[in-house]
Amino acid sequence: MTSTPTAPAPLLPAPHDSGCPFAPPPAYTEAARAASVTRAGLLDGSSCWLVTGYPEVRTVLSDRRFSADARRPEFPVLIPGRRELIAANPSFLRLDDPEHARLRRMVTGDFLVKRVEAMRPGIQQIVDEAVDRMAAAGSPADLVARYALPVPSLVICLLLGVPYEDRQLFQDLSRVLISTTADEAQVGRAQQELLDYLGGLAAQKRHRPGDDILSRLVAREDLSLREIASTGLLLLVAGHETTANMIALSTLLLLRHPEQAARLADPAAVPGAVEELLRLLTIVHTGLPRVALEDVELGGTLIRAGEGVIAMLSTANRDEELFRAPGGRPADELDVDRDARRHVAFGFGVHQCLGQPLARAELQIALATLFRRLPGLRLASPDAEPAVRPDSLITGLRELPVAW
Amino acid sequence: MQVSIDQDRCCSSGQCVTTVPEVFEQDDHDGLVRLRLTVLAPAQYADVRLASELCPGGAITVTEDGTGA
Repeated sequence: MTSTPTAPAPLLPAPHDSGCPFAPPPAYTEAARAASVTRAGLLDGSSCWLVTGYPEVRTVLSDRRFSADARRPEFPVLIPGRRELIAANPSFLRLDDPEHARLRRMVTGDFLVKRVEAMRPGIQQIVDEAVDRMAAAGSPADLVARYALPVPSLVICLLLGVPYEDRQLFQDLSRVLISTTADEAQVGRAQQELLDYLGGLAAQKRHRPGDDILSRLVAREDLSLREIASTGLLLLVAGHETTANMIALSTLLLLRHPEQAARLADPAAVPGAVEELLRLLTIVHTGLPRVALEDVELGGTLIRAGEGVIAMLSTANRDEELFRAPGGRPADELDVDRDARRHVAFGFGVHQCLGQPLARAELQIALATLFRRLPGLRLASPDAEPAVRPDSLITGLRELPVAW
Repeated sequence: MQVSIDQDRCCSSGQCVTTVPEVFEQDDHDGLVRLRLTVLAPAQYADVRLASELCPGGAITVTEDGTGA
């Protein structure tokens, strides 16, 4: 079952290089240079396969011989002690079809491209009001607290039917859930508190429905309150932390490349620029876990049934052959005019991010509006190291002081 | 070139609609992919190939007939 590594295997999740939130941890880049599939260690003492190549990552995530079901005993767990917690209350992210498809299809209607397109004026208004509030409070400001976090939080609250006044509660609990250092008991309490909160909200909506996802879910007879709470938790956590971190990191990167930030003034260049930022930043930096259900040959390596695999999106997204145009910038540099559409920042396969049309709309509007409305935007402390959250499953910044 | 879809494999990611909105759409009720056109214009071939490549569920199949390379 397990093979002895011949070279020092990286331990997952590996830390970022100090102060560099833009690049994958060096351990992954080195592993990718050695082979597209290598052995790696996990913190609980077990070992797994680290998959770093673009075609191999796509295969792991789309081939049904790899399972996303976290209840399987061999499923690789990145943080020791989380196995029972994930398995006890799996959202559809951690289930296989047909269970996954049944639950996912309950909410796909809310994230259709045309639904999200219809939400754009509402998102623009939320974004404009956030800029107004930040501008009124005056320069300098912390972009994370004033802009990057409020915008997606407000959007997902509206969509899900969660009162924005409760943001402190769900933002704090979400942080615990994606923390790599919180202990099992803390994470268990945070998960239960958030499930109880969302279950309570859903129960209220049974009597007083609104035009929101929780109300639509609770009106169905084929879903338990527990399934609704798990789905709500997934959408709430995935819906604000990821986009918030993308807004903050993208702003930092664009402020370091002002000539590329200027391209956002052209509306036709904005969607492509956002794809490039998604590709280069790949904030789900710890990779996606799967377990092989059968023996599978992958990149010339035999993965045995029952072995764990971590698909590393960040290294796949830096495939030189795929992303570097002839004469163009290397794949590990920002080029907002690059064709980055083949990136796997949203994952791949049936679990690919459900909210990607919404994430794209929010990022396009938030970034274009910020640079248009505050043309003098700059880093308040240009020489300071970025305040990267060291203990998060999603790359992000604690704060980003800006001036204008 | 011909394009066909398999709704059983569709996971409603919206990649196809984002890539070629003239050719693909999502059904209002079930969110599943629908073809808006059955006959493609040569100018759409490259984008439809990309949509097929990007589809996370493998729901879009492109059949080259040798005339639209």
